[in-house]
Amino acid sequence: MELPFFYLFSVGIIGASILMVTRANVIHAALLLVLTFFFLSGVYVLAGAEFLAVVQILLYAGGIMVLYLFSIMLMSVDVAVRLRQFHRQTIFAMATAVLLALEIWMVLSRGTSYPAFKSFGWGIGATPGNVEALGSVLYTQFLFPFEVASVLLLAAMIGAIVLAKRTIDR
Amino acid sequence: MPQEYLPILILLALATGFAVVNLGVSFFFGCRRPTAEKDTAYECGIVPETNARGRFSVKFFLVAMLFIVFDVETIFLFPWAVVFRELGGFGLAAMTPFMLLLIASLIYEWKRGALEWD
Repeated sequence: MELPFFYLFSVGIIGASILMVTRANVIHAALLLVLTFFFLSGVYVLAGAEFLAVVQILLYAGGIMVLYLFSIMLMSVDVAVRLRQFHRQTIFAMATAVLLALEIWMVLSRGTSYPAFKSFGWGIGATPGNVEALGSVLYTQFLFPFEVASVLLLAAMIGAIVLAKRTIDR
Repeated sequence: MPQEYLPILILLALATGFAVVNLGVSFFFGCRRPTAEKDTAYECGIVPETNARGRFSVKFFLVAMLFIVFDVETIFLFPWAVVFRELGGFGLAAMTPFMLLLIASLIYEWKRGALEWD
């Protein structure tokens, strides 16, 4: 039952991603990235990670894409569309892609015997829901990383205000 | 578990289908007699002043940045609220420094004038 949906979402992710990186118009690429996020969210639901699926849409499609679009609007889209891309990063990008593929293959080939899977006491379906499972470990077992994250958010906000305000005041 | 999300998928498919069908029907069967007036950008009835592809102020970027930071902080409240009863007093104590930092960042942002437009 779940397999056809997995293929549907996977084809959607790959198709939208390929379309995204091949668009000349950066606004089209941004909208295709939103589509990729929605398909990715579907895969998260299939994997039993419902919280991540909601976060994917709320934060990435809703928040980070707004930031991307504002960043695009800060520069001249008209000029950017007409420019020919010279980045000279082909070799670097290919090396990164090969490295990433190797990493994914390493994790997948080991399956559930991978160390990260063993460190958790609970598996999918063992708890009433993904949000409850996440909440029960995030605020107890992973309390310190959580508090560090809040400091990081504060730093990010102060950094954004200092940088943007200096530009505005000038 | 994923079966419970089937209604959401159906809703998404219906919404996409509605948009695609409406745009498709008017694209294939609609008659087009373009004039210079019809080809101008629709600006809610008023005459468009400039090209929409112009550059926007960096103030928008600051608003988006602040929105994301508080968005992320709100996301953390959801799983906390769900397991609040199970965690009890410890959960409240765990969230207090987080909320204090959140309030501190709000006060900083307010005092610094980041919420002012000019």
